[in-house]
Amino acid sequence: MQCQQCDKQAVFHITELETGEVRELHLCEDHARIYLNQSEAAQEAEEKPTGGGLTGPLAVGQTADELALLDKKACPMCGITFFEFRNQGRLGCPHDYVHFEKELEPLIANIHGGTQHTGRRPERTATPPAEPLPEGTDELTRVIGLRRSMQEAIACEAYERAREDRDTIRGIEDTWLVGPRSEARPPKADGATDET
Amino acid sequence: MKLDTLAEDVGEWLRGTGPESDIVMSSRVRLARNVAHYPFVSRMSDQDRGDVERFLRERIAASAVGSQLDYIDVGRLEEIDRQFLVERQLISREHADAQGARGVAIDDREQVSLMINEEDHLRIQCMHSGLDLRGAWEQIKGVDDQIGRVVPYAFHPRWGYLTACPTNVGTGIRVSVMLHLPALVITRQIDKVFRSLHKISLAVRGLYGEGSQAMGDFYQISNQTTLGKTEEELIEQVGDVVPVLIDYERRAREFLVRETQQNVHDQVSRAYGILRTAQTITAEETMQLLSRVRMGVLLGLIGDVKIADINSLLVRTQPAHLQKIRGVELDTKDRNIERARYLRRHFEGGTPQN
Repeated sequence: MQCQQCDKQAVFHITELETGEVRELHLCEDHARIYLNQSEAAQEAEEKPTGGGLTGPLAVGQTADELALLDKKACPMCGITFFEFRNQGRLGCPHDYVHFEKELEPLIANIHGGTQHTGRRPERTATPPAEPLPEGTDELTRVIGLRRSMQEAIACEAYERAREDRDTIRGIEDTWLVGPRSEARPPKADGATDET
Repeated sequence: MKLDTLAEDVGEWLRGTGPESDIVMSSRVRLARNVAHYPFVSRMSDQDRGDVERFLRERIAASAVGSQLDYIDVGRLEEIDRQFLVERQLISREHADAQGARGVAIDDREQVSLMINEEDHLRIQCMHSGLDLRGAWEQIKGVDDQIGRVVPYAFHPRWGYLTACPTNVGTGIRVSVMLHLPALVITRQIDKVFRSLHKISLAVRGLYGEGSQAMGDFYQISNQTTLGKTEEELIEQVGDVVPVLIDYERRAREFLVRETQQNVHDQVSRAYGILRTAQTITAEETMQLLSRVRMGVLLGLIGDVKIADINSLLVRTQPAHLQKIRGVELDTKDRNIERARYLRRHFEGGTPQN
């Protein structure tokens, strides 16, 4: 028999008895695990509804206190808290996938059934003098946090720190972002002109 | 202005050509992409929003596909022009209704559209007439490669392309096919079909995407998951089910003709009659009636109307198109009168009826 959620063979045959209603489920190992986790979480969460379609599986094995603590956890780059994400269903920046990886994993597994990208990957080429961007872009995403830090520094008139942040941002951007239309291209070493 | 010249044509999705175009209106692939060095759209400051809009606009223009694209500053458009782009399926309703710096780059065939600052920084879409997912995929892959050379797409080795909503992460792909299924609606089999599609994790939506009601028996079938499978596998998932749906719809049409010929002929003729004579008519009713007439033409029950004309009317009777063609802004009541007049004139202009 085939799993009701995917093409794999069903190895778990579950019969649910709910207020006089009988429901049969036939699931593969992965989907059975998700299903069983969910129903446990649903039982635990019954007293404390969290709201929002994306939130269900997050409660797996977490107590109310742990959830409250998790809600306060904020991304060091964009500053979004897990609570804000749970409310809006939208993440704040690419680094959230790194910072909240553990929390997002069960959620993503539940949505997609998989937790490893197997599709296309970006082909990185570089326009000298920039270096080719690494496949993973988390280093470049650091500038989001630096920009925030710079704004805060300006707001409290810490101009020295603001200048340092600005220089770090420029350094990172210059390493990877110099594109075909950048004006900041230095003269070529061999003496050739840009005119062709 | 470019928008007004667009109004003279029907755009790709209603061209009515391509394989299986009696049932499959269009095939669409879209990719969600973000730049790595800015927050996602919902968390951007106005400054960020402007920066990302400019960054992407300039990089797209400088890319190898840039010269084939025209850029429209959606943030500066009047509401009617934004609505016009929605009706042509070049931008989403969310993109039209959003605030702040945003834009769309489109090619002159209206197959490719790149939305800047929608839910993600960049949404690339490619649409082909009829059933042609393969063609749409090959084309969008090329566009994505060219833009990827000059734009630092946010990417994670494990999670793939990073998106604002975890439901799009990984490939960021949405593969959809728009189908015209009037016979399945009339024979009340449509719900059964949709339930079985949900079971194989495909989504069904109405004409204008997310959250929209199905109008005029037009339905979009698309994939729901984006991570763990390759783009090709996800395209296959949708592509494999389309011939089955086409077969169901054809059989339902044959059944209608065989078993209830008189009824169907009556329904179709009445629909045609209303379209040719009404004095005031809403967009919804027009869509519904055009859908029936479209089926009637395909079943050979109406002889003097071309499918291409019906397709063209489907978009030209939409609110923004109607006003663009007329050249004035109209309120709902006047639009309904103008729509009826437009339809009457259109059908009178064809072969005269007995």
